[in-house]
Amino acid sequence: MANKSVLFKVKRQATPTSEPYWEEFELAWRPGLNVISLFMDIAENPVTREGKPTTPINYDSNCLEEVCGSCAMLINGKARMACSALVDNLEQPLTIEPFSKFPVIRDLQVDRSVLFENLKAIKAWIPIDGTYALGEGPRVLPQVQEQAYELSTCMSCCCCMEACPQFNESTGFVGAATIAQARLFNMHPTGKVLKDERLKALMGDGGIQECAYAQNCVEICPKDIPLTKSISDVGGDVMKKAILDFFRT
Amino acid sequence: MAAATPRIIIVGGGLAGLSAAIKVAELGAHVDLFSIVPVKRSHSVCAQGGINSAKNLKGEGDSSWAHFDDTVFGGDFLANQLPVKQMCEMGPGIIDLLDRMGVPFNRTAEGLLDFRRFGGTLFHRTAFAGATTGQQMLYALDEQVRRFEAEGKVKKYEYWEFLSAVIDPQRVCRGICAMDLRSMEVVTFPAAAVIMATGGVGAIFGKSTNSVVCTGSSQGALYQQGVAYANGEMIQVHPTCIPGEDKLRLMSESARGEGGRVWVPKDPNETRPGKQVPEEDRWYFLEDWYPKYGNLVPRDIATRAIHKVVHDHGLGVQGMPMVYLDLSHIDRATLDRKLGGILDIYEKFVGDDPHEVPMKIFPGMHYTMGGLWVDNDQMTNITGLYAIGECDYSIHGANRLGANSLLSCIYAGFIAGPHSVNYAQNLAAAPANVAHSFEDEKKRQMEANTRLLSNQGTENPFKLWRELGAVMSANVTVTRYNEKLQETDVKLVELLQRYRNVNLSDKSMWSNQSFMFTRQLYNMLQLARVMTQGALLRDESRGSHYKPEFPDRDDANFLKTTKAFFAPDADEPRFEWEPVDTSLIPPRPRRYDSK
Ligand SMILES: Cc1cc2nc3c(=O)[nH]c(=O)nc-3n(C[C@H](O)[C@H](O)[C@H](O)COP(=O)(O)OP(=O)(O)OC[C@H]3O[C@@H](n4cnc5c(N)ncnc54)[C@H](O)[C@@H]3O)c2cc1C
Ligand code: SF4
Ligand code: SF4
Ligand code: FES
Repeated sequence: MANKSVLFKVKRQATPTSEPYWEEFELAWRPGLNVISLFMDIAENPVTREGKPTTPINYDSNCLEEVCGSCAMLINGKARMACSALVDNLEQPLTIEPFSKFPVIRDLQVDRSVLFENLKAIKAWIPIDGTYALGEGPRVLPQVQEQAYELSTCMSCCCCMEACPQFNESTGFVGAATIAQARLFNMHPTGKVLKDERLKALMGDGGIQECAYAQNCVEICPKDIPLTKSISDVGGDVMKKAILDFFRT
Repeated sequence: MAAATPRIIIVGGGLAGLSAAIKVAELGAHVDLFSIVPVKRSHSVCAQGGINSAKNLKGEGDSSWAHFDDTVFGGDFLANQLPVKQMCEMGPGIIDLLDRMGVPFNRTAEGLLDFRRFGGTLFHRTAFAGATTGQQMLYALDEQVRRFEAEGKVKKYEYWEFLSAVIDPQRVCRGICAMDLRSMEVVTFPAAAVIMATGGVGAIFGKSTNSVVCTGSSQGALYQQGVAYANGEMIQVHPTCIPGEDKLRLMSESARGEGGRVWVPKDPNETRPGKQVPEEDRWYFLEDWYPKYGNLVPRDIATRAIHKVVHDHGLGVQGMPMVYLDLSHIDRATLDRKLGGILDIYEKFVGDDPHEVPMKIFPGMHYTMGGLWVDNDQMTNITGLYAIGECDYSIHGANRLGANSLLSCIYAGFIAGPHSVNYAQNLAAAPANVAHSFEDEKKRQMEANTRLLSNQGTENPFKLWRELGAVMSANVTVTRYNEKLQETDVKLVELLQRYRNVNLSDKSMWSNQSFMFTRQLYNMLQLARVMTQGALLRDESRGSHYKPEFPDRDDANFLKTTKAFFAPDADEPRFEWEPVDTSLIPPRPRRYDSK
């Protein structure tokens, strides 16, 4: 197996407004390669498969262990993290592209700040009174902690949004991750206090009603966040609130 | 008179930077928060195992004093003791606050916080949130900062890189010079005070457990601007890492805290897979050598023991530099509940299931105890410039105990935050000529950019980086020999020389990552010399710093903080030594092998 190689092509784009183009690469195979280490090899020796000098590939990354959410991209058409994409588990030639539903910055870097803005809109935080000494936190049973923990490992990678058929400009849909985070904070003994405001932010156009329960999100999520369960839970809460609001006015 | 709302710049949005931001915003000052990556993606998310505090919820009689003693002893008495004591006293309050912020810490049946054991202590003192404690804590702080952001009290500059501080002729810090990583525009920002929270230095060692942006570049830049760098030689190597092509992934100490056992086959020619090697043919060398602490001896000791077994006894698994870390004797449900996330990492990146088979691990560079020198208020030797978190040198002395870093990050943020606001409120107006300092700094940085982009040399910066990592990992980690350290410094000078000859394959002016990396590389090389020479000069063994030629701790000569200052004309470090505050716990020999 000494001269096995890895073949892959990368969709590149120099600036947000320039035309995308493809480049092909071929590298010597080694055991344990992931997609990030392919990019690192190219940076050391930036030439294409045809031997043409090129530039290192630009991509976001940080932790390299699938917890920071930086390195999301399309690999063989699937939204996933490049650091946990092991070459030996992928069909060659690999095709590597930036996310299609977020503005490209350069090459594989895209602008995903929309998710952080959504988190602001739903007040995804616990409104503590202050950081001064106010004693212990509320008691929480282990079962409840386990439920919260599961939701709290969402790393804002946006794979669920990329994969969602409803997440596009015409719907303006917030996407599954935001809804799951609303559920997380609504569940918390103190976080609950903002529940109404969170639900309100998820009502109307672009809100939870846009979801068509296609389930792509839950299948693609690298952290196995229970997304469809969250959507139906929060959806129920939104419905209840809408009815109550209706009778109050 | 200072302006009504002082502006404080915080560089770095890991645990340290975010805790400072929360305190500053809460006190009514304005925060400008700079980070290379969106703060939620900072390296702190990697911390798996937990955070220490002597809450004493297990009826063991734990106390802040015991925590203090373990930390000072674990650090081999090189840490100034007062801040360590304060940190340990604040620990329980910090855990309570994090709990109130919604960190999903693991619970006992009664709904109270659960605690586990970590290395270097006999108490259950480590609170944890599944296997992603750092991620959970960072998110909780990130959420609080987002709340302040929504209220307009914090402004984030994400995808911005700190290049240098703006320091006026009276040596007072007046702001920073930074670069937008997309448009690559260089901009100066004024501030009443600047807090550095830029984390670790892993990239100087090539592959490490650190994240990609942990290059130490900003520390290197500040050192070249006259900020003292302390105890640079104190580098922690983590005993249990998973060797990988792109990085060394950590297998958390919690794996041993939950009962993981380290062993090698007794027979160097053993060919059976680990699982099939019967008990009597296994050597649990840590339990054998350190019966009291067993697999939970501190990191430096475990690391050296593994090196000894592999290199001196020739017992590496299948002749490779690896030993077994075994959890397969513990039942699946317990493992999933307590260690799920970290075991996933092994399975995901190696392909074997650690529930079933022993993992193969080896030590790797993990943490810097050394960093920017600070006083007890976290201020550096430049007035108005603070440093907090992994990038500062305080608290951990010559060796950090597991789960103490997350605590020290928050502690430092909680000290520097209020202190910087107080400083800012009492700050005299900047001198009239301060505008020159801003212009000069910007000009200096823009010239450096132009030089780099127009260079027509032959060296590839990524190749230089590999060479840097290889020589630092080989000679400035676990075992240090003076001859090798001298050779390393010669090599670093050579690399600095060759750096002048780099040629960027990408010379574009839009989101040019290799350009930014190459800029950082220069600062990394300068800082590597500080570490190497500091190690060379310290002729003793203390904590993580181990010299077989000088196997004992030498308090008479080296119970001192190493302080490196950059000498611009010589283009190399000059060293001073400062006495260590040992007023509370008198130094005693550091031994973990007694019963
Ligand atoms: C794998 C792993 C596991 C660990 N587990 C534990 C554990 O269980 N318990 C424990 O106590 N400790 C643990 N540690 C150590 C601990 O995680 C770190 O020491 C700590 O998170 C450092 O936090 P920080 O805030 O200082 O820096 P970081 O979290 O590294 O943040 C640095 C910030 O600075 C920014 N930055 C850097 N340079 C610049 C620049 N030039 N310009 C602008 N911004 C910049 C980055 O974008 C980032 O926001 C672990 C470390 C590793 C590597
Ligand atoms: S269930 Fe379908 S439509 Fe709804 S968020 Fe998930 S992917 Fe989108
Ligand atoms: S829910 Fe899953 S896919 Fe969506 S952002 Fe969070 S971790 Fe990523
Ligand atoms: S680099 Fe952090 S998730 Fe891939």
